[in-house]
Amino acid sequence: MPIHDQGYRHYGGQRAAHGRAWWVIARSQILSALQQRPFRFLLFIAWAPFVVRAVQIYVSSTSLPVAEFIATTPELFRDFLSQQRLFVFLVTIGQAGLIAEDRRTNALQLYLSKPLTRVEYIVGKLVPPLAYVLFVTLVPSLLLLLLQIIFAGSLSFLRANLFLLPAITLFSLIQALLAAFVILALSSLTRSRRFVAIMYAGVTFFTFAMYQVLRGITGSRTWAVISPIEMLDIIANAAFRSRGLPPVPVYMAVIAVVAMIALAMFILERRIRGVEVVA
Amino acid sequence: MTPVVDLQGVSVRYGRQWALREVTAAFPAGAVGLLGPNGAGKSTMIKTLLGLLPPDAGQMRVLGLDVRRSPLQIRGRIGYMPENDAYIPRMNAVTFVAYCGELAGLPPADAMQRAHEVLYYVGLGEARYRNVEQYSTGMKQRIKLAQALVHDPSLLFLDEPTNGMDPRGRDEMLELIRDIAHNKHINLILSSHLLPDVEYTCDHVVVLDKGAVAAAGPIAKLKGPAGRVFELRVKGDAAQFLAAMSAAGLECHATDEDVMRVFVPEERGPRFLFELASQHRVQVRHLRPSVPTLEDVFAKAVGEN
Repeated sequence: MPIHDQGYRHYGGQRAAHGRAWWVIARSQILSALQQRPFRFLLFIAWAPFVVRAVQIYVSSTSLPVAEFIATTPELFRDFLSQQRLFVFLVTIGQAGLIAEDRRTNALQLYLSKPLTRVEYIVGKLVPPLAYVLFVTLVPSLLLLLLQIIFAGSLSFLRANLFLLPAITLFSLIQALLAAFVILALSSLTRSRRFVAIMYAGVTFFTFAMYQVLRGITGSRTWAVISPIEMLDIIANAAFRSRGLPPVPVYMAVIAVVAMIALAMFILERRIRGVEVVA
Repeated sequence: MTPVVDLQGVSVRYGRQWALREVTAAFPAGAVGLLGPNGAGKSTMIKTLLGLLPPDAGQMRVLGLDVRRSPLQIRGRIGYMPENDAYIPRMNAVTFVAYCGELAGLPPADAMQRAHEVLYYVGLGEARYRNVEQYSTGMKQRIKLAQALVHDPSLLFLDEPTNGMDPRGRDEMLELIRDIAHNKHINLILSSHLLPDVEYTCDHVVVLDKGAVAAAGPIAKLKGPAGRVFELRVKGDAAQFLAAMSAAGLECHATDEDVMRVFVPEERGPRFLFELASQHRVQVRHLRPSVPTLEDVFAKAVGEN
């Protein structure tokens, strides 16, 4: 019998156990972002530096004289991740409407009237920005490392720099988590994705500018704790064993990042509710 | 028979304002209307039962499950049609309804099949591939009903389902609701301030006023025996006569077009009205027995409260 003639039928099939709704939400959001052409183009362009670095690694693994100037060192991976900061920013901005759009269309009360918890909702919304940031940081970095092994034909570079694998993974994860939590928290504060993007740009660049101003006025580099960019730089330098004196100890940078993530979690806990209560 | 929803002393507060005050009510199986004026606490009660609002006091059970202990199991078996427009952005209707089905625990293939079925059922079959944001008000009401039905719930909460609909759309929606309750045997709680909607679709009613239950029971029983209600129009000082009837123990309220509806006790009859009119020097121009309606029940309940 055709569907349009069947009317309403009771459902006798299987129902999934609780706890999988986060994946339904995440999958839907990931596919929704990929349907937008500008975002697909951005992801494509974000891999351009990877191509450049891959060529560099290839050339440096040959015996050509020019290879001495572009030798593969751990700094290459540190610099690559630093280069990807712009794409991390743009990709994260592309997720500005994750919760803001739901607030605009009153979708929150639909979500929370289904058999899922607020935590599942938040996790489901967190996965897309996390996944996309890792797609432009962790994945190309690990591929570069793999290419180095393939082009060199040996594991000697990796053996000599074993710290690279955990450094790349750890730093990429910290960067992705910070970006995802901050954009999600900002998205929960408003119904306009444009305003979320402006706030995120403010958090990223305004704090950096403020640090520079305060450093110029007071001469103290301790003000770096207000700038997420600076904190991530300090953590990256420590992870990749770069030389140079950080403005604040590494543990303070970690505490600052953890504090920002905790603040974001607090904001999400307060804002993700099925009912807005105006006192 | 076990009620589908049972509230015991439930209180909910918004800041200093009590939205629900020690509400004790039992909603039987079938179609139950939740009536009340604006601000009575209807939407608050529904949101509290859904677990969207924590109560300040009291116990609640839905489908035999404690709302505090088993919120996820309850939400897996109920469907909610919110009062305001609500949808997931950038989705067409069938994707939206299938998505809601998956969120409710249906496998993806079943959710998509059910989405097509319920969209045809609610009358959106031909428009199911259009973006929901392009829908008219009436279509958005239907899609809200569809997403509440897709996972075949045991209990439906419908909050003002005919909001913003034109007369024809409203009639179609009421037919759908009546079909869901009486032919498809899905329990439902219909929250509305529109008495004719509730009277047409429901068998029982709970009347809320100022956060408390003003009346509850089967509609037929609450209406009382026929013949006790009269439509009355007088020539003279109608306001003074209304006061006189109230003082004489008659329940009465004014409606449109200068017609009053008077509840006359069993022991008195229409002759008493003529005697009273004569005493207060007003002429009775129109007196007709009327069938008690839900409006009378509501006016009586709210008036007493």
